[in-house]
Amino acid sequence: MWVLLLVPYVGLLWVPFYNFEEPVLFGFPFFYWYQLAWVPICSLLIWIVYRSRTPDETP
Amino acid sequence: MSAGIDWVALTVFVFFFALVTVMGFFAARWKAGPVDSHLDEWGLGGRQFGTWITWFLVGGDFYTAYTVIAVPALVYAVGAYGFFALPYTIIVYPFVFAVMPLLWKAAHAKGHVTAADVVLEAHGSRGLELAVAITGMVATMPYIALQLIGMGVVIQAIGLTGELPIIAAFVILALYTYSSGLRAPALIAFVKDIMIYIVVLVAIVVVPAQLGGYGAVFSAANDAFAAKGGATGLILKPQQMLAYATLALGSALAAFMYPHTLTGIFASKSADTIRKNAILLPAYTLLLGLIALLGYMAHAAHIKVASNNDVVPVLFKTLFSSWFAGFAFAAIAIGALVPAAVMSIGAANLFTRNVWKSYVNPDISHAGEASVAKVVSLIVKLGALAFTIFLPTQYALDLQLLGGLWILQTFPALVFGLFTRWFRASGLLLGWAAGTLWGSWTAWSNGLKPLATIELGGASYVFYVGLGALILNVVVAVIVTVILNLVSPRSIARS
Repeated sequence: MWVLLLVPYVGLLWVPFYNFEEPVLFGFPFFYWYQLAWVPICSLLIWIVYRSRTPDETP
Repeated sequence: MSAGIDWVALTVFVFFFALVTVMGFFAARWKAGPVDSHLDEWGLGGRQFGTWITWFLVGGDFYTAYTVIAVPALVYAVGAYGFFALPYTIIVYPFVFAVMPLLWKAAHAKGHVTAADVVLEAHGSRGLELAVAITGMVATMPYIALQLIGMGVVIQAIGLTGELPIIAAFVILALYTYSSGLRAPALIAFVKDIMIYIVVLVAIVVVPAQLGGYGAVFSAANDAFAAKGGATGLILKPQQMLAYATLALGSALAAFMYPHTLTGIFASKSADTIRKNAILLPAYTLLLGLIALLGYMAHAAHIKVASNNDVVPVLFKTLFSSWFAGFAFAAIAIGALVPAAVMSIGAANLFTRNVWKSYVNPDISHAGEASVAKVVSLIVKLGALAFTIFLPTQYALDLQLLGGLWILQTFPALVFGLFTRWFRASGLLLGWAAGTLWGSWTAWSNGLKPLATIELGGASYVFYVGLGALILNVVVAVIVTVILNLVSPRSIARS
């Protein structure tokens, strides 16, 4: 589960993957909407890890 | 910029400023505690801030006035490269979720107030404690100065000239921070953050509508960069990609090593508060991404500025009505007060605990600590003010850059100690020294630019000096620890 916390690092630090203008979404080039999309995705991933913590893990 | 004062904007500005001033002075009575008798109360607000107060406080002090001014300024100047702040402020949160609750627990259990307190407990070394404390204080000072500069930029945009407005604002800030401690910026952060959200939400809807939509904004920026040439553009040049990634990663690792962000962590009421905030704080990052786009909107609006830092104020002045411009400027100026207050409190806490108590008066009482911290925070703020008035802006910018590099070098001492005691204190201290010295020297030789170049196999790679320094730091720490373990093993088994 904790490995989910590493996913944003892979998604955002491998820059050659997203350094493009196409495809454009709502006027935003890919480089921009891809990075902005990672904001809610990252929150979601952290939330999933948060919810998956077992009750006996110290608060 | 027009000559003369925009009276409508000024009136709105002064109204909101007065509002937060009153709040600042009354803050001591909010969630009341004996502010003068214990450093926990003055310096950490009583260690009782729940999820939402922490969200407003950390959000308000991590995303500063300087952020709102400087990020669009860089984006306006060079385009995509300036966006590294966006991935940086995304990837910081998994790290915060995983590490900061552990730090909170270590601090809460032993009554620690600063990073250096935690480091001393973990590694037992006075030298390492002092290194972390001095680094924290030195890295924070230019950052405070930059908030003042951000405030100065918007005050000028209203038409006020001279230093008197900033001096007045700062003296008032100094007074209510003195009396209320961390409660003051925590309470004011509510106002500041709500104002900033309103301003940005309006800006990202209204401004593109006036300029022909986001497609038009991006294409205007593209034209501007095509005309400008060089390493500018809507996407990164190939040689910028490694720099972008390393700047993002290095900044993310450094962000919560600063005394002001750590103060927000230590002031929380529970470890769970921090975990929840790791999920919720990214909302501010969305805001930051949109703020960055103001740099492109400036191109679409055909703004001409004398200095890049004027981009946001001039854009607001041009596209907003006077009263909303005043509101926006107040948001930014107040946005300088919250981090400046917390930064000065964080630096004061460090001096009080890890210099004064450690070396001058080890038997100091709790009330004594609060008194020392109050005075030091005053001195720190006045020092930053003097710095801003008497020295060129470039000095603050350069020092802030070095400060980021320096604070990143405290990462091993603070973070590794939460997970393992394998590292020897001397190793960590030598690693800190190596990283700090190499990083500073390299940045200096590059004309105080944050990037260094390495030649490997015929190709040259440009990367963020701070991250390179951190890698060196860790390598040295490991090597020294291995050697020490061989040469003089610890007699007691350590976990």
